[in-house]
Amino acid sequence: MSIMELNGGSVIAMVGKDCVAIASDLRLGNQALGLSSNFQRIFPVTDRIYVGLPGLGTDVHTLWEKFRFRVNMYTIKEEREIEPETFAHLVSSTLYEHRFGPYFIEPVIAGLAKTPSGGVKPFIAATDLIGCLNFAKDFVVAGTASSKLFGMAEGLWEPDLEPEDLFETISQALMNAVDRDAYSGWGCVVHVITKDKIVTRTLKGRMD
Amino acid sequence: MNSLAQRFSTTSPLAHFRKIQRLADEDEDVSDAAWGSQAGFGSLTKGVPTFTVPNLPDPTAFLRLHTDDHADPNCRIKIQHGTTTLAFRFQGGVIVAVDSRATAGSYVASGTVKKVIEINPYLLGTMAGGAADCQYWETYLGIHCRLHELRNRERISVSAASKYLSNLVYGYKGMGLSMGTMICGWDKTGPTIFYVDSDGTRLKGDLFSVGSGSTFAYGVLDQGYRWDLTDEEAQELGRRSIYAAGHRDAFSGNTCNLYHVKEDGWRFIGNFDISKMHYEGPGDVPGAPGGGYGYALRVEGKSSANPPVAEAAA
Repeated sequence: MSIMELNGGSVIAMVGKDCVAIASDLRLGNQALGLSSNFQRIFPVTDRIYVGLPGLGTDVHTLWEKFRFRVNMYTIKEEREIEPETFAHLVSSTLYEHRFGPYFIEPVIAGLAKTPSGGVKPFIAATDLIGCLNFAKDFVVAGTASSKLFGMAEGLWEPDLEPEDLFETISQALMNAVDRDAYSGWGCVVHVITKDKIVTRTLKGRMD
Repeated sequence: MNSLAQRFSTTSPLAHFRKIQRLADEDEDVSDAAWGSQAGFGSLTKGVPTFTVPNLPDPTAFLRLHTDDHADPNCRIKIQHGTTTLAFRFQGGVIVAVDSRATAGSYVASGTVKKVIEINPYLLGTMAGGAADCQYWETYLGIHCRLHELRNRERISVSAASKYLSNLVYGYKGMGLSMGTMICGWDKTGPTIFYVDSDGTRLKGDLFSVGSGSTFAYGVLDQGYRWDLTDEEAQELGRRSIYAAGHRDAFSGNTCNLYHVKEDGWRFIGNFDISKMHYEGPGDVPGAPGGGYGYALRVEGKSSANPPVAEAAA
């Protein structure tokens, strides 16, 4: 029995044209037994950054509260909002603090970074459970369905997708991947982050 | 010491296995041509099938060490385990219902598996455990049920058929066979179900469920079961029980296959998508309550904690 597979769950993030999307399933289980179909594992860090925390259920909450505290401290000390890349390094160093007794979480980060010219630049990143950063340019995946998500994303993703097309792409990738994973599923939630708004949609998924 | 005793024993699985091999060797004088087509069951039509086994002094001990056996969960050849199957007897015959998911670890390898094996027009077998083991031995059982009919001018009883299977698999006990099956049918005594597994257990009963999702199925089944169920009510109960298991158990799901055995043999009722049953119900079939089976759907608007969606949005 793997701790990473005890509660199940998966997260994926994708880059689009001046937008990013992050999506997750909603299952919380105890091995084969499904317990909840409304377990949120994606949280808003700022108006433009979301973080997904797939892995051990108890650590999802513990780690999110820790991130929230540290981001608030940063905001107070720096008197400005944290940038996605800075947040990724905050996540990484927080996880590495527990190098010899880690949190069983593989975070996925999606956000829009500010450019000097006043525009936005899409940003996604993922780390392993001890904080090794992966700054991908296309998509990142994590969780029990990660191998299936890689397959779907490799097949469906293309560069410079508009927000509506990005929503369709990430939704299809996630829904079809979790249907092939016994520990993920039971509904999905998708967030599409653009310059002036965030669209959140809950999807009806297979319930078996 | 134990293995030494077993080497000279005449009742151990190993001795039984040697006897099988000896019997098969003696059969060699019968020409294959005399049998005509053997439909892939060449060795079977001659009598006892033979298998290649690990070339060791004690193959049973070796296989016990490396194949699946719930006594020791480590170091094993793993086979398909997640399943929900059920069968129950009632006034109108026998209901057999199964799911259709096959998993390899956490990977859903298939969602369209046929877990009911149609042995002959009056006998059904269900599949839990090793898919190949169930398929092979229940097909083999079918051959012998037909031979029984030809020899005795009479259909084999469910009891005799299940005992034949039980004795067969018992001969391979400890060698890694994995099957938990229900042999269901209608014979002179009426509707009958026997539970047979690879440990050698053989039980007669009114209601069985086998597999990782069996506890969930039993929950619904026990709650709704009566002897005097109508045909429609019974079919609905079978379907609803498999839905419950498919919903809660990660290793069961996709679709439900439903069969009804009556005096004139079995009948396939239908294939029902479990997710569709959750949201919309089983469709236009007799016995269906109308509406989805899903908990959230059934309780919507019935308490302040579950307001109707439209009201919550307002």
